[in-house]
Amino acid sequence: MSTASHEATDATARRGKAPAGERLADWADGRLGIYGLAKANMRKIFPDHWSFMLGEVSLYSFVIIILTGVYLTLFFHPSMQEVVYNGPYVPLQGIRMSEAFESTMHISFEVRGGLLIRQIHHWAALVFVAAMLVHMMRVFFTGAFRKPREVNWVFGFLLLVLGMFTGFTGYSLPDDLLSGTGVRFMEGAILSVPIVGTYLQMFLFGGEFPGHDFVSRFYTIHILLLPGIMAALLVGHLILVFYHKHTQWAGPGRTNKNVVGMPLLPVYMAKAGGFFFLVFGVIAACAAIATINPIWAFGPYRPDQVSTGAQPDWYMGFSEGLIRVMPGWEINLWGHTLQLGVFIPLIIFPLVLVTIAVWPFIEAWVTGDDREHHILDRPRNRPVRTGFGAAWISWYLILLVGGGNDLWATHFHLSINAITWTVRIGFFAIPALTFVITKRICLGLQRRDRDKVLHGRETGIIKRLPHGEFIEVHEPLPQDQMHTLTAHDQPEPLELGPDVDENGVRRKVDRKTKLRAKLSRSMYGEGAQIPKPTAAEHAEITSGHGHH
Amino acid sequence: MKKLSARRRHPLAALVVLLFALAATGGLYAAFAPAEKAQADSAQSLATEEGKKLYSVGCASCHGTSGQGTHNGPSLVGVGAAAVDFQVGTGRMPAQQPGAQVPRKKAIYDQAQIDQLAAYIASLGPGPAIPTKQQYSPDGADIANGGQLFRTNCAQCHNSTGKGGALSEGKFAPTLDGVDPKHLYEAMLTGPQNMPNFPDSTMPQKEKKDIIGYLAQVDSSKSSSPGGLELGGLGPVSEGLFAWIFGLGAMITVAIWVAAHTAKARKS
Ligand code: HEC
Ligand code: HEC
Ligand code: HEM
Repeated sequence: MSTASHEATDATARRGKAPAGERLADWADGRLGIYGLAKANMRKIFPDHWSFMLGEVSLYSFVIIILTGVYLTLFFHPSMQEVVYNGPYVPLQGIRMSEAFESTMHISFEVRGGLLIRQIHHWAALVFVAAMLVHMMRVFFTGAFRKPREVNWVFGFLLLVLGMFTGFTGYSLPDDLLSGTGVRFMEGAILSVPIVGTYLQMFLFGGEFPGHDFVSRFYTIHILLLPGIMAALLVGHLILVFYHKHTQWAGPGRTNKNVVGMPLLPVYMAKAGGFFFLVFGVIAACAAIATINPIWAFGPYRPDQVSTGAQPDWYMGFSEGLIRVMPGWEINLWGHTLQLGVFIPLIIFPLVLVTIAVWPFIEAWVTGDDREHHILDRPRNRPVRTGFGAAWISWYLILLVGGGNDLWATHFHLSINAITWTVRIGFFAIPALTFVITKRICLGLQRRDRDKVLHGRETGIIKRLPHGEFIEVHEPLPQDQMHTLTAHDQPEPLELGPDVDENGVRRKVDRKTKLRAKLSRSMYGEGAQIPKPTAAEHAEITSGHGHH
Repeated sequence: MKKLSARRRHPLAALVVLLFALAATGGLYAAFAPAEKAQADSAQSLATEEGKKLYSVGCASCHGTSGQGTHNGPSLVGVGAAAVDFQVGTGRMPAQQPGAQVPRKKAIYDQAQIDQLAAYIASLGPGPAIPTKQQYSPDGADIANGGQLFRTNCAQCHNSTGKGGALSEGKFAPTLDGVDPKHLYEAMLTGPQNMPNFPDSTMPQKEKKDIIGYLAQVDSSKSSSPGGLELGGLGPVSEGLFAWIFGLGAMITVAIWVAAHTAKARKS
């Protein structure tokens, strides 16, 4: 677009008056310097791989959430004022409810397109956080978080956490029986904090639960504070992606110094624009097909009512799991009760998230690697990291199962107590198991890569040799695949050096260094990676005796 | 008359008079008593009679030969006809394999037999009677009030639109979708197994009717779902599954498709 403006100046000289569009572009360029900006950036290259588009899915769902959210604010009243329902939904007629609930009913049943927009907003929120999580795991497993992208990893992580809380505050706004139960639970969690819990609770709710303030406060947080911070982080996130340039998979001609792919303009932009509409289409289809959060079925919140099956949206499900499987311990001290059954989950909740967020920094510390990385790792080539990521996912999943323990019980005819105990044990056992298994699988895959490079691909063609032996014909890999399979580097584990120095005096090695060496050995030592074939090995095998 | 007056003092005279008197009243009664009542009574005793037979074949092994209860089943004295009509009408009784809870299944007795069983159990001791159609029909119910009552009294176990929920140790509150209004009423009246009962003293008849009206509106084949598929009406868990499988699943499919259809020039 802006290219046009530049060419326009020459063209004008030759052909007289340029078309209006060109003159407008020219006018804008003269004042905003768009051309310079565009020239520098539009030839930016963006590599093609489906997993690089997960970030885009998050981005577009975020845009959809903002757009539909604005529509909802036009009709929603964030007020706890009590009113009597007189709308068209018969089973609630004459029932007292807050204005927040009533206006949500109004949006659902009377505002044109209101219910569809509400459902798009909510489905988009679920997909948004899901896409973020998968995007994060893609970044994790490929090692895209390594230098220089650590800051962007943190930005992304903050977006995930904020996304969860934006979702939670939004879910609470209609003041229905389901979300009210969730808010009540959150209130309980805050109250369980020693010493300051009560003050915090009073501060947040402006009085005894539920009070008159929480909906209007949550509203401000939900539509202004959190989305504002998120928008800022998001812009920062994208600027950094742009500035660092996107990572790419290893391959011939792809180095740490270049990016192979499509130019941002016009190819990538066209694709991205199209992709936006596809994402929008999928979410709109979900919203048109399936109900989400049918508040009319839950009814308005009343502190004396509760429904079974009260769960938060899925992204808060792991916290629900923590609280559901935690034994109800409590300690009584000098007339004060410490609700460990609630307080411990409250502490573990952020820890679950932080565990995955700090990995890049731990890895960087252990490896001491200070180089820039723009080529992605294949997950199998980093078995410990991949094992850790898989273990984290399994941990997260087992907690999600715990959060829905009642529904698994009724739907699979199990005892809820048995499920709870399974989750309790699984909380500790399953991540460990997953780690070991994943690491083994990675090593197995590395071995197979090694075989492929050295002996070629199995063709499935069986040949009989003159003396009667049967062999399978192996075909050497094409050069580019060979490259891809051997492009990764295999770091040496950190060595502490000899115990004694040249004078025979014991060297002092501090505990931190020792720990680092130990971790380094577990990541790169024997048994943590399969040595990739060297050129010499390859030459030796391919020169003489051919196939094995 | 001398003879007669002479025998007046005979020791057996009183007895003879009594017999005459009895015969006379009996005859008079037979002549004047309402014919239907007698028939009903005999029908009642016939039903009780039949019920007892059915009972000793199908139920006595667990509930004892005269309903006094055994190791395998509780006493049925005083549970009333309503409990029997509910338990047998929803197929729960006769119970089969032991489990956390006796589940609903296809009823194996027809309504006439159920009535006979109910009559027999009712004859063992007073208890709640089978409600009349007028009591349990949803016609004329205050639906909104029913919803309020349902959320206050039932939703904690049955979910806010009666989709059911889990209780401890494999026990569960079943879905109320498609439960006959009569059985709804009887369940409230008798409180089967782990469900509390709601006798008329705590929940008047009108309120039971309102609840039935509410459920007919929101949890029956004729209730509508304004937002599209209900996904089981189970809330965020099924929504989350749907979002991951169909929402994100579709996204990834689309992403793979888009990435595969790149501009051809640089495809390596
Ligand atoms: C295999 C044993 C077994 C058989 C056979 C059986 N029952 Fe039961 N019954 C039970 C048990 C156990 C309970 C208690 C659990 C419950 O309330 O469902 C029970 C409960 C009941 C109740 C509810 C009692 C209350 O307190 O409300 C009724 C009514 C009843 N049975 C009737 C019958 C009738 C009628 C039959 C025969 C058609 C029958 N049962 C056959 C085991 C049995
Ligand atoms: C404490 C939990 C609890 C509460 C509260 C409760 N129920 Fe139940 N309900 C149960 C359980 C458990 C069963 C299963 C009993 C059985 O199978 O014998 C049940 C069964 C029923 C049934 C029989 C369903 C069928 O499949 O035949 C009906 C109807 C019913 N409940 C209605 C109600 C209504 C209406 C209310 C509110 C007035 C209510 N329940 C309150 C736990 C509860
Ligand atoms: C609002 C939510 C988010 C949006 C809109 C978003 C958007 C994007 C986009 C469009 C890209 C470039 C394309 C891609 O690699 O997929 C990207 C890259 C990246 N994102 Fe995110 N992201 C979000 C959340 C996260 C999270 C939760 C993390 C991790 C904690 C994260 C970490 C990164 C990193 C490190 C990169 C660089 C990847 C590379 O160059 O290979 N992002 N993000």
